[in-house]
Amino acid sequence: MRPVGRLPQREPAMNLLPFALLGAVCGLDVVSFPQAMLSRPIVACTLSGSLAGNAMSGLLLGAVLELIALETLPFGASRYPEWGSASVVGGALAGAVPQHTHGAIAIAMLGALATAWVGGWSMTVVRKWNGAWARALAPELNVGSARSVIGLQLKGLTTDFVRGGLLTLVALLALKPIATAVIALWHVPPRVSGAVIVGVAATVAVGATWKVFHGTRGAGLVFAVGLAIGLALVALK
Amino acid sequence: MTHATPDVAAPARRVPIVTRADVFLRLFAIQGSWNYELLMGTGIGFCIEPVLRLLPGGKDGAAYHEALARESRYFNAHPYLASIGVGSLARAELDRVPGQQIERFRTALCGPLGSVGDRLVWAGWLPVCSLLALALFGLGALPATVCAAFLIVYNAGHVGLRGWGVRAGYAAGLRVAGVLATPLFRQGPDYVARAGAFLAGVALPLALARVIGPGAREPQIVGAVLIATALGSFALARLQGRAEGWRMAMIVIAAFVIYAVTRHG
Repeated sequence: MRPVGRLPQREPAMNLLPFALLGAVCGLDVVSFPQAMLSRPIVACTLSGSLAGNAMSGLLLGAVLELIALETLPFGASRYPEWGSASVVGGALAGAVPQHTHGAIAIAMLGALATAWVGGWSMTVVRKWNGAWARALAPELNVGSARSVIGLQLKGLTTDFVRGGLLTLVALLALKPIATAVIALWHVPPRVSGAVIVGVAATVAVGATWKVFHGTRGAGLVFAVGLAIGLALVALK
Repeated sequence: MTHATPDVAAPARRVPIVTRADVFLRLFAIQGSWNYELLMGTGIGFCIEPVLRLLPGGKDGAAYHEALARESRYFNAHPYLASIGVGSLARAELDRVPGQQIERFRTALCGPLGSVGDRLVWAGWLPVCSLLALALFGLGALPATVCAAFLIVYNAGHVGLRGWGVRAGYAAGLRVAGVLATPLFRQGPDYVARAGAFLAGVALPLALARVIGPGAREPQIVGAVLIATALGSFALARLQGRAEGWRMAMIVIAAFVIYAVTRHG
């Protein structure tokens, strides 16, 4: 299905509030609370796509981003992309148009990756603020003030929640008109778009698999056995 | 204030169920104020605080404030395995172990709880559950099935690990090294990694086949994708640490989008 070319329309911010709320929850889940992995692309994209009225497009994009996110190991203080809010943005973009709309998955993927990049940076900003607030409260913390400990915790949680929500809202306000314009101007056949998306996701996923598992004895052999089964299942379908 | 040297063989003091539930729920927010100076230090203080109210003098006592100040200092660990630290530190505080000894113990806990947790969860359990979800997606499962399967399986491990960790840590107290020497932590990461490698083999072709769709399975396209994947993943593996796949993906997709909208016809 190809959409009729139309001028990009600005989305009323009110319509984006449910996405902002979901983005806030998923952004908070990445590190602060409760780390239940609602923020993983395969979940957050699907939820967001469902909210936009197209859960299947959300799941499709979620699977692509999940393949890419396999590479990200959120080790302690390292800086990594923030997939929670980003996946909500991607799911909203992918779910806003009918399934199989040319270019929709590619532009949603780009929007999600860009948001994940900005989201990773915004997490480091919040962490610096948390540090500054802890420094300011050092005299109280050093005498064991429960009020300061609990206050710091609640302030950090609230800030991270607001960060995720604002990031989602701003990203959607900026990206929705761009996505609409890109889809209207898309001039590449769907089989080529699909091949590029799959090629990119497969490249990162295979690289990630090697990165995560290559140090384990016997992992190469069990991967080969799994690959044979996986390919056989594809052939049978 | 004087401290008695604890009798390590003494049974653990019974903690009321409301306090235990409070600590358990707080564990989910242990990284709420994570920062580059104290890391999850204040999170440990936040989680352990309900137990400290059981110290002599209660919330207004000197013991409570001393312990809370000590427990809110720098601490680094994997967020799920920090539950073991919370349990063992709570026991040490209730046993009135000398403060300096607790501080040394806290410092010693950081390394093992971080490295074991990273291997077991971030490089093991999480990729395994992601790949399981991708395999289900590739097999044609519905969105709700994929999400529910991922969340249930992942959180069975996640919530179970936090709950078990705080109990095991409290039971062991300062002798927590024995907990970290259990087969789960010594051999678990290797078993989980092998399961992950197997699942990766199964899931990747299935998931990619569903994304590309039946209409695009022409030999030329499949061949081009396979060659690009082989070359690209080899390059990423060689550039490990110097290049991140997600950034490469963003650049390639951005270039493709520009091409797709500027190409005529």
